[in-house]
Amino acid sequence: MKLIQAIIKPFKLDEVKDALLELGVQGMTVTEVKGFGRQKGHKETYRGTEYQIEFVPKIKLEIAIADNRVSEVLEAILRAAKTGSIGDGKIFVSELPSVIRIRTGETGEGAL
Amino acid sequence: MKRLINVYKMSVSCLLAFSLAAVLAPGGVLAEEGAGSTINAGDTAWVLTSSALVLAMTIPGLALFYGGMVRSKNVLSTMMHSFIAVCVVSVIWVCWGYSFAFGSDIAGLIGGLDWLGLSGVGGEPNAGSTIPHAAFMVFQLMFAGITVALISGAVAERMNFGAFVVFAALWVTFIYAPLAHWVWGGGWLGGMGDLDFAGGTVVHISSGVAALVCALVLGKRHGYGSDNMSPHNLPFTIVGASLLWVGWFGFNAGSALAANGVAANAFVATHVATAAGALGWLGVEWSYRGKPTILGAASGAVAGLVAITPAAGYVGPVSAMIIGVGGGIVCYLGVFLKNKMGYDDALDVLGIHGIGGTWGALATGLFASMGGGTGLFFGNPGQVLIQAIGVGATWIFSCIGTFIILKVVDATIGLRVSKEDEVLGLDLTQHRERAYG
Repeated sequence: MKLIQAIIKPFKLDEVKDALLELGVQGMTVTEVKGFGRQKGHKETYRGTEYQIEFVPKIKLEIAIADNRVSEVLEAILRAAKTGSIGDGKIFVSELPSVIRIRTGETGEGAL
Repeated sequence: MKRLINVYKMSVSCLLAFSLAAVLAPGGVLAEEGAGSTINAGDTAWVLTSSALVLAMTIPGLALFYGGMVRSKNVLSTMMHSFIAVCVVSVIWVCWGYSFAFGSDIAGLIGGLDWLGLSGVGGEPNAGSTIPHAAFMVFQLMFAGITVALISGAVAERMNFGAFVVFAALWVTFIYAPLAHWVWGGGWLGGMGDLDFAGGTVVHISSGVAALVCALVLGKRHGYGSDNMSPHNLPFTIVGASLLWVGWFGFNAGSALAANGVAANAFVATHVATAAGALGWLGVEWSYRGKPTILGAASGAVAGLVAITPAAGYVGPVSAMIIGVGGGIVCYLGVFLKNKMGYDDALDVLGIHGIGGTWGALATGLFASMGGGTGLFFGNPGQVLIQAIGVGATWIFSCIGTFIILKVVDATIGLRVSKEDEVLGLDLTQHRERAYG
């Protein structure tokens, strides 16, 4: 199993969610986060005083998925979240040694 | 802290004792002079309505305008400044402020003690007036209230609350009342023909200059220039600016003191100057910074309002638009100046009210063409000089007077909160309250 963490632009959330639902992905966790990459934030100006806002709002999606489905899920996220301009975000993929469904106590892929 | 509370208690008891004495004195508030003039119902209705409109400029207008521009930890303390300014000034105005401003003239400098405790100020009109004396008095009271509240923008986010209360009481007594007397109460500036329809010098220059002195004496907020001090709630500020716009019809058109053509002209001049002021500020900002901001539109509108204030009853709509757009541009530069010079006039009281008021007072000397005023462009070059004297006198008087008052308050109470309290926020440390959740 893999844990996919995707940091995306907030306005792309609906498209990414729809693409994943089409694939039959059963669930996801979404968090509003702040951060910066090479995009390095933005400037705000109030009556001529400029403030550099370093941490910009992003959305973090977390999806736990069986190994055989990882590539199609990644493709779907890439396709839906991409605008082609700087600040589109990143996807992190990591090993997921175990999963437990709290209600039933099932473990492994059956709990996904 | 204990000393502070004692000072506060003492002042409150003095005020109460004083009011009581004034009420009990022979010929007190219940007695009214018989006067020759008769009351006009329309004029009275309009001036009373205008008084309420001017109150709405301060609370909630200015309280929201300023409250939105500070950080969320200081919004209550900032709104409290406007609120308490109205309260303190109202009580002082009744006890002695009105008399100092509008009592019988002493050497052109200050009013006499005739109307202490509003003795003789009641339902009958004063000589030559068509409204009850009490209506005129309360209209003027609202002006005094907003003037003191305006200054609070300069001291936001760092002034000791008790110090502000005492400062407000001293400032309205020793700065506002004499200035109002100079221009409107039969004093030397009005006597030499200075034109100030609704308070460009008395209200806006005086508060703007006082704000600069406050910013310099108090010093910068901790973290100024490095911390993010951006406005925490711009919708508050927009609502506040809009309420200022609405209330300003009372301020300017109400200053006709009658429901007549002068009031209608002042109303129109006020409205178009405000619109032009917002456009002026936005135009400069858009071309210079690349983006038009709503804070800029609101600030430009207020700049337009300030600029047209001294001229409102003396100019037509086209002149008003020129004065307004000029106000928007000049005040943008005024705020720009602050960023260059580095003093921390937190909410730009000098940049908007001081600079805008100065421009408006001088522009009145250029564009006046009706209502008993004639400016340079209409064949009276001397008016600009008189206006300049009015501007200069107000700058100097407010500057020196405010400085002395601040030094006295600093020595007795202390102007600033501790650094720790400032970082925690004044809402919590001065009022033991929190605005949000």
